[in-house]
Amino acid sequence: MNLEDLKKIREKAQKDVELRQKQARIRVVVGMGTSGIASGAREVLKTFVEEIGRRNLTDVVVTQTGEKGLASREPMVEIFEEGKPVVIYGSMDPEKSKRVVVEHIVNGNPVSEYAIEVM
Amino acid sequence: MNLVRNHVLISIDAGTIMAGARAVEKTLVDEIASQGLTDEISVLETGSIGATGQGVVLVVYPEGIYYGNVTPQDIPELVEEHLLKGRPLKRLILSEIPKQHVIKKEKTGLLKEQPRIVLKNSGIINPENIDEYIAENGYEAIAKALTTMTPEEAIEEAKKSGLVGRGGAAFTTGMKWDFARQAAGDIKYIVCNADEGEPGTFKDRLILEGDPHKLIEGMLIAGYAVGASKGFVYIRGEYALSIERLEKAIGQARQYGLLGDNILESKFSFDITVMKGAGAYVCGEETALIESLEGKRGHPRNKPPYPVTEGLWAKPTVVNNVETLANVPEIILHGASWFRGYGTEKCPGTKVFTIIGNVTTPGLIEVEMGTTLRDIIYEYAGGIKNGKQFKGALVGGAAGAFLGPDMLDVKMDFVNLKEYSAVLGSGAILVMDEDVDMLDMLKSVLHFFRHESCGHCVPCRLGTAQLVKIIDRMSSSKGRKDDIDKLMNIARVMQATSFCPLGQSLYLPISSSLKYFGDEIRSRARQ
Repeated sequence: MNLEDLKKIREKAQKDVELRQKQARIRVVVGMGTSGIASGAREVLKTFVEEIGRRNLTDVVVTQTGEKGLASREPMVEIFEEGKPVVIYGSMDPEKSKRVVVEHIVNGNPVSEYAIEVM
Repeated sequence: MNLVRNHVLISIDAGTIMAGARAVEKTLVDEIASQGLTDEISVLETGSIGATGQGVVLVVYPEGIYYGNVTPQDIPELVEEHLLKGRPLKRLILSEIPKQHVIKKEKTGLLKEQPRIVLKNSGIINPENIDEYIAENGYEAIAKALTTMTPEEAIEEAKKSGLVGRGGAAFTTGMKWDFARQAAGDIKYIVCNADEGEPGTFKDRLILEGDPHKLIEGMLIAGYAVGASKGFVYIRGEYALSIERLEKAIGQARQYGLLGDNILESKFSFDITVMKGAGAYVCGEETALIESLEGKRGHPRNKPPYPVTEGLWAKPTVVNNVETLANVPEIILHGASWFRGYGTEKCPGTKVFTIIGNVTTPGLIEVEMGTTLRDIIYEYAGGIKNGKQFKGALVGGAAGAFLGPDMLDVKMDFVNLKEYSAVLGSGAILVMDEDVDMLDMLKSVLHFFRHESCGHCVPCRLGTAQLVKIIDRMSSSKGRKDDIDKLMNIARVMQATSFCPLGQSLYLPISSSLKYFGDEIRSRARQ
């Protein structure tokens, strides 16, 4: 690998990220750090993947990230939707996740009770 | 897998429960079951849906139809008409649909805008994907260093930035690199200290889990600057996820040729090995860490010679903390003067703090050096839990200092805290409210040190045992008149004569707790 290659990879990676954001109407990002996992992020991630899969929502992607720092509100889930503010949900569990899928992702109504921040 | 056709949300709050929501819910579930629709229709409880004074409220998705004043008697009809036949039951539909939910913006504080350098990507990118790191200008700093800077220039940039070690001792990073570069010998090592053992500290874990490539890049730059071709990450064995992600990241970097021989077609070669520690507190001390890396018992070494001249296998070795190394790529990429734009004159940059104890939102923040303790607690951590009063904080971990309420406005950076004979240490802040018993706090600190004393030198081995004996009898109301003087005396002797910082640092928590909470501890001991 040389500098040119690195540049190429960077450009491609940036494009991929952009493309992914465009392809996906909604991006669900689950915080998967130790605090998150300890408070059940794996189950939450699984629930999102399952619920979205069983509805065949092909324009929704689920990804993971590290911790943001708000350990007391893990598991945290962020929902990115083009043209709309980012909604961050805190203290999630599988049941709450199901509701977020139904109300927020399918029907476009963010679940205000679970939201801890809107950016 | 079954596709759930309809979701029925039933609002369960004080108002709807009074109106009989539980009975409606039960009837609904039973009715759905008796119609054989259990697999197709799910019933979910929710909080208030926003319609008040409308009795029991249900919402049926995907249509989004709101029903109000529902009674158990309505359920068979509702299930039959809407859920079975798909015809909304007009007579129960709420004429006024509650307004679109307005999302309350809870003040979480920790998500408040923070100037993030170290944690820039943490919680943003997927840490298990090198491409995402590269998309965020990852590995551009090492490319810049390799192509446009000599190792000396890289060291100069680090020096100019004023970056000091974030592990606790706050030694200038650029100086450390310079010493190691100038030390004699061809083989040199970069060691990353990820043995985060200070109680209440978990910043390194977060960096490793959230952005492992940043550490790899920081080590690459350090290796280039020092002239090392081998790096080790000495990591806490308990950090399973960090180890997993770091090893994955190293594998990806190797695949991309960002680790290995002739990186980016330069003459620079570097590789990293991850080593697990077994959890001894003393192994956070750099020479004990090196001993442990060599496969020996984790005992500290005599200094000098310092590791920069004689470290791992007697070769010049730089030991840097995770957070320190994570700062490096950004400094190289944006320049020293950019870095100096953050923090204070004497302490530039940011600091990652972990806030635990009696605060509303414990967690981790990255703020500029020099942010006051008051801001950290009240602005970022949401204040004291349950509206209680601030009593004190233990800053810098177990080897740190207790601070009282009159220290709330002290600026948190390495230089400033030193003036108050306190330390920033690893950046752990344990906040205590009015109900905390300071004698108990001190007791747990002393017990921790007795447990962790490695037994190598007499003052620490016997000192910690005596301190525990004294504090135990004080807390069981068998304290003696001169116990407090004894505590101080032993601590003073330990500070002066202990072999390594473990024994030396105990003086700080003891003296500071007596300084701010001496009266309380005395009266508690007399009870």
